[in-house]
Amino acid sequence: MLKHIIRRLAVTVPVLIGVTFIVFAMVSFAPGDPINLMLGSETANPENIEKLRVELGLDKPWYVQYADYMARLARGDLGRSITFRRPVATQIKERLPNTLILATASAVIALIIALPLGVIAAAKPQSVFDYVCSTLAIVGVSLPGFYLGLLLIIAFGLKLHWLPIRGMSGLDAGFLEFARHIVLPAITLGASMAGILTRLTRACVLETLAQDYIRTARAKGVAEKVVLYKHALRNALLPVVTTLGMQFGSLMGGAVITETIFSWPGLGMLAVNAVKQRDIPLIQGTVLVFAVGFVLVTLATDLLYIFIDPRIKYE
Amino acid sequence: MSNMEREVVHIETQTIRFGKMFTRHRLGVVGAVMVAIFVLAAVFAPWVAPCDPYAMDLANPNQPPGTPGHILGTDNFGRDILSRLIYGSRISLLIGVVVVSIASALGTCLGLISGYYGGWVDQAVMRLVEVFYSFPFLILVIAVMALFGPSIFNVMWVLGVVSWPMYARLVRAQVLSLKTTDLVQAAKATGCGDARIMFKHVLPNVLTPVIVSATLGIPSAILSSASLGFLGFGVQPPTPEWGAMVSEGKDFILLNPNLIVWPGLCIFLVVLSFNFVGDALRDALDPRLSRQLH
Repeated sequence: MLKHIIRRLAVTVPVLIGVTFIVFAMVSFAPGDPINLMLGSETANPENIEKLRVELGLDKPWYVQYADYMARLARGDLGRSITFRRPVATQIKERLPNTLILATASAVIALIIALPLGVIAAAKPQSVFDYVCSTLAIVGVSLPGFYLGLLLIIAFGLKLHWLPIRGMSGLDAGFLEFARHIVLPAITLGASMAGILTRLTRACVLETLAQDYIRTARAKGVAEKVVLYKHALRNALLPVVTTLGMQFGSLMGGAVITETIFSWPGLGMLAVNAVKQRDIPLIQGTVLVFAVGFVLVTLATDLLYIFIDPRIKYE
Repeated sequence: MSNMEREVVHIETQTIRFGKMFTRHRLGVVGAVMVAIFVLAAVFAPWVAPCDPYAMDLANPNQPPGTPGHILGTDNFGRDILSRLIYGSRISLLIGVVVVSIASALGTCLGLISGYYGGWVDQAVMRLVEVFYSFPFLILVIAVMALFGPSIFNVMWVLGVVSWPMYARLVRAQVLSLKTTDLVQAAKATGCGDARIMFKHVLPNVLTPVIVSATLGIPSAILSSASLGFLGFGVQPPTPEWGAMVSEGKDFILLNPNLIVWPGLCIFLVVLSFNFVGDALRDALDPRLSRQLH
């Protein structure tokens, strides 16, 4: 097992290097001078252009730039945002927890929806319940996040006035206020995940129900509910939780849209604003954090998998 | 029975079996019909659309649905919403098909090479796949779009180039299992070159899962391009792209929610119908794959 863990960690290293290189090289692949890209159509005087070029180290050859970049990364320095004139790392540190809170809430909502729906669908395959649950699942996957978000805003915010439609409330303002602010964004972000997980839960429970030990349980007269929720669901949970971990990255990607709609002060909104301002250090920083976070979550899921399931014997 | 007749009979039974399997999936049929409607609307847009999608009528903005001459009403510039939706289907379908073509062609070639040659080539391609998989999809796309600037052309190639790894992984796995079969050994023995073996002997045998994935890739490409349009990084107004239309409409969310509801519904329906078709295709073409996924 230790050998596998070490190997799994070793594979992550080249991937992380590849990620940093792509983020670093993004600027060089762009057509035209990155300086012009950042300054846009503004008529900056040549002196300022030269100053910015030196500040960003763009006057050196690319391998020196990359080495510098990696050295700065190692020190936790992600550069300075051009629009905000503040260190990128500080801004990310402020925003990242908000995105993690939102993503976690969405994952929880997705599980709350997906597990019962999946089990109900699997309990009576090809029945009306199955049909309804499976259709709901595919609807969840097909609904564009921004559309669902705006519909929820129209319905619960503007027509019914039940819930706030913008911003975030810290826990210091009370849990209720926090929950009221997070519920719409979390549903918006979690809907497609709920769809994916419903289908997966259904499939896994169906597969488990065909196993011998389920027949044994039924034969000894265990109540059907117990068979479903205790025997079948528990065994189906492993792939569901793994998929949730693997899909955490796409949740964070979806946060870009959800945060924009609900003005949620997270990393996604920061990234969108950075792109709008063409603030290249900030774009690079946010993309890098998203990617590294994704790699680490996947790694954690993989490692957790080894601990949870003793049957898994990797070669 | 001559060989050719036997061939014909064989193909017919296969087609019939496929048809039976596909139509057994009721939602698949519904999806196919809806896709057909969208395709017809896109192809015949100039004849079907009641108005010019760009023609403004500043005297009659934000008309409700049912206004004479404007079945779905007008937008903030007095443009006919229905006509804009119909023309919008051209953009979304075009983007979906082009993106999937680029991604599947690129991914299939790399997957073939990677699986067939193995060794360091395989290692290199697979590491690249992992690196691509490390970025949340939309984040990477937005960042690249920011550098190249928003346009329909950029949307298509950026989404295409970013989506290839899925196909590469799929094809590689298939090639690995095919490589050891008699099929490839026999081709080698008769002196076929690598390229010939890969594209004439191996490729046809790995196409089925690629087709299924491509069908399911179209809706996700449409969804991604609509998201880009919504964020303002994709196709730009006044082009009637559905995502961009929703984005324009959100400034009038209180005054005229129709501007959001209709284009959003179109995106949802086209994505949903392609998903239905993709699911049915998977069940019909590749029962093995479907068992894995269901």
